[in-house]
Amino acid sequence: MFSFESFLDLPLLWYGLIITVIFLYVLLDGFDLGIGILFPFAPTDACRNRMMNSVAPFWDGNETWLVLGGGGLFAAFPLAYAILMPAFYIPIILMLLGLIFRGVAFEFRFKATGKSRRIWDYSFHLGSLVATFMQGMVLGTFVHGVAVDGRNFSGGPFDWLSAFSAMTGVALVTGYALLGATWTIMKTEGDTQAWARNCARYMMLCVVLFMGLVSLSMPLMNEDIKNLWFTLPNFYWLQPMPILSVIFCIMLWRDLNTGREFRPFFLSLGLFLMNYIGIGISTWPWLVPFKVTLWHAAAGPESQSLLLLGTVFLLPCILCYTGYCFWVFRGKASHEHDAAY
Amino acid sequence: MFPHLDPVFLARAQFAFTVAYHITFPAFTIGLASWLAVVEWLWLKTGNPLYEQVYRMWVKIFAVTFGMGVVTGVVLSYQFGTNWSVFADKVGNVLGPLLGFEVLTAFFLEASFLGIMLFGWNRVSRKMHFTATMIVATGTLISAFWILSANSWMQTPAGFRQGANGLLYPTNWIELIFNPSFPYRFIHMVTGAYLTTAFVVGGIGGFYLWRGLHINHARIMLGMAMIMAIFVAPMQLLFGDMHGLNTFKYQPAKVAAMEGLWETEQGAALRLFALPDQTNERNTLEIAIPKLSSLILTHDFNGEVKGLKSWAKTDRPPVFVVFWAFRIMVGLGMLMIATGLAGLMLYLKKQLFSTRWFHMWCTAMTPAGFVAVVSGWFVTEVGRQPFAVFNVLRTSETLSPVPGSSVAVSLGAFVITYGLVFTAGAYYILKLIGKGPETTEDDVYGSHGVKQPPLVTDLASQTGGRDV
Repeated sequence: MFSFESFLDLPLLWYGLIITVIFLYVLLDGFDLGIGILFPFAPTDACRNRMMNSVAPFWDGNETWLVLGGGGLFAAFPLAYAILMPAFYIPIILMLLGLIFRGVAFEFRFKATGKSRRIWDYSFHLGSLVATFMQGMVLGTFVHGVAVDGRNFSGGPFDWLSAFSAMTGVALVTGYALLGATWTIMKTEGDTQAWARNCARYMMLCVVLFMGLVSLSMPLMNEDIKNLWFTLPNFYWLQPMPILSVIFCIMLWRDLNTGREFRPFFLSLGLFLMNYIGIGISTWPWLVPFKVTLWHAAAGPESQSLLLLGTVFLLPCILCYTGYCFWVFRGKASHEHDAAY
Repeated sequence: MFPHLDPVFLARAQFAFTVAYHITFPAFTIGLASWLAVVEWLWLKTGNPLYEQVYRMWVKIFAVTFGMGVVTGVVLSYQFGTNWSVFADKVGNVLGPLLGFEVLTAFFLEASFLGIMLFGWNRVSRKMHFTATMIVATGTLISAFWILSANSWMQTPAGFRQGANGLLYPTNWIELIFNPSFPYRFIHMVTGAYLTTAFVVGGIGGFYLWRGLHINHARIMLGMAMIMAIFVAPMQLLFGDMHGLNTFKYQPAKVAAMEGLWETEQGAALRLFALPDQTNERNTLEIAIPKLSSLILTHDFNGEVKGLKSWAKTDRPPVFVVFWAFRIMVGLGMLMIATGLAGLMLYLKKQLFSTRWFHMWCTAMTPAGFVAVVSGWFVTEVGRQPFAVFNVLRTSETLSPVPGSSVAVSLGAFVITYGLVFTAGAYYILKLIGKGPETTEDDVYGSHGVKQPPLVTDLASQTGGRDV
């Protein structure tokens, strides 16, 4: 049996990998969930076709990052997986059901004719909305912490319901909608693009509002988080993040008004990254916040070593061919639904 | 009134439902991806547009099936945690990396290149498109490799040790991944998936021929399906037998349940029909062939086969389900072999494409593979009970600390959702089948390059297409 634990901090490496994977999921599925959230508000059916076509080749791959996030957590930190999944039982199930309704809509919508297409439009919209809202609630509950006894979750089935988690749920909905809108700006033109630009403006304002609310409420909720951010010298070291966030916001607002097509999407990603790092720093080094650390939750070194060996080779390959697929489908999306095949 | 409504039973029912529902899609897509690769290869090699049209028709069905497979598969990767968190905690070290590898080596390949396969026609070269199909087909097989390795480990665990805290740790990855039942289960499942696809494709081809539609395409479908039925269905009997002998060696209680055998017997009979009665430890209404079971399992007319009473009552699997699921699977396998034989005879008499009863029969056999695959999984999974990891971890000790009501409600939600999705999916697939292959202008030309007046096609559909 081989193991790299003698010269590598395996749990730390895996923590890095898992948060990278979850971030990639948030970015990639974020924009296609966002498109689902904005879907019924698009001005015409042609717009909707364009939006759907712009993500149809990618949604399978995007959702696979969620499987890798779940599978990776199970493999690298089985204890955290075993505590968090029962804690988030209902929101996870609702998220999965939401993902089912939106996922099948990709295939069914283009095969439906007449009025039945409406059903799949709403299946796509509501599925995306529910899945996103639940992911946001899971995030809120996660930061808030869950009840743990020994190696098990010990709280009740509705512990995840709180005003804070509801707020993070709505926050994520606006965040994904921003990603979806800026993606649409990048991948479409004409009316659809103009509409998406307008959406992006509103969504950006909401995102800024929620960023402020979450940044304020987290230190208020938890003493450790407050001490982490507001003591010297941490305060100075952590300044680049709020500053960068503000810069990204200003640039994004200007881009939305000056007609840039590509940069808004990447600025939105940057904004997400800043928030994500902020949450990561606040919950460090907890994998089940304030109860189980990442070292405590880690799988055995043999297990982490084997999968690490595979990941080191496979993840770059995956990123390369995912990039290739995005490159194949570069350019503006068509509105003709039979262009699908 | 509902004595079974305990959390363990509910969680098992939920897993059984979601996993059985899910497996029908991979069982079809594993075979369909490989078959599509062959069809596209034939198209590239011969340039015959019929192959392209067949490909384009089936790739749409593939897309619908694959999409449903993806969304129901995501559910499973989280269900280990939601319903079986103690299991996840205890075996995470062992099974986690295997499932991780499945995602890294297979899921991304399939999901990424599926996009090119479906939407890439005008964006990549024909060769690149073919490569994408090949990659998707390979991805489905790699995925089967890992998931069957993980499942086989739960049946015949090897290469691990149990820590003082009750957690399981790997000691030898090669022994763990290539555990004793893995090669048999992998081959048996992949062959099962190929046969499932063959009977769907052959069934639709048979349906078209029966109704006199899309004759030239239907010949390709039925012909290729019959090649599988003739050669692969009998091989599956052999693989299944080898798998059974492996189970007899490592999980004899499961085999006893499959055989409905309560007492240990020398020269055990093969029960064709029986109603196993778990509480009274006997069968009612038994029809049996003497000594045949011993012959199959031990290759000796008087070989000893252990009966269920050799194990404590609490260590026995539920017999009725295992017994009947096994018979359904084997029975359908036999029908598949018979279909292959009949197909061979008709082919040799040059009547394969003109025998209507056979086309109707093939149409009726369309769902055979799905039923057989799901039955087979019931045999092996229910037969593993009462253990989650055979002889190591009891199913009852692996449950999440969630209330039974949560499990019951989520089970209900899954049943309703899957019911809706399945109905819609089946409807759209049937619509695609009803539409058939899309023909371009080239198509009015027959396969020999002779222009056929459209009238012939109309006439053919009225006369059942026998003369075309």
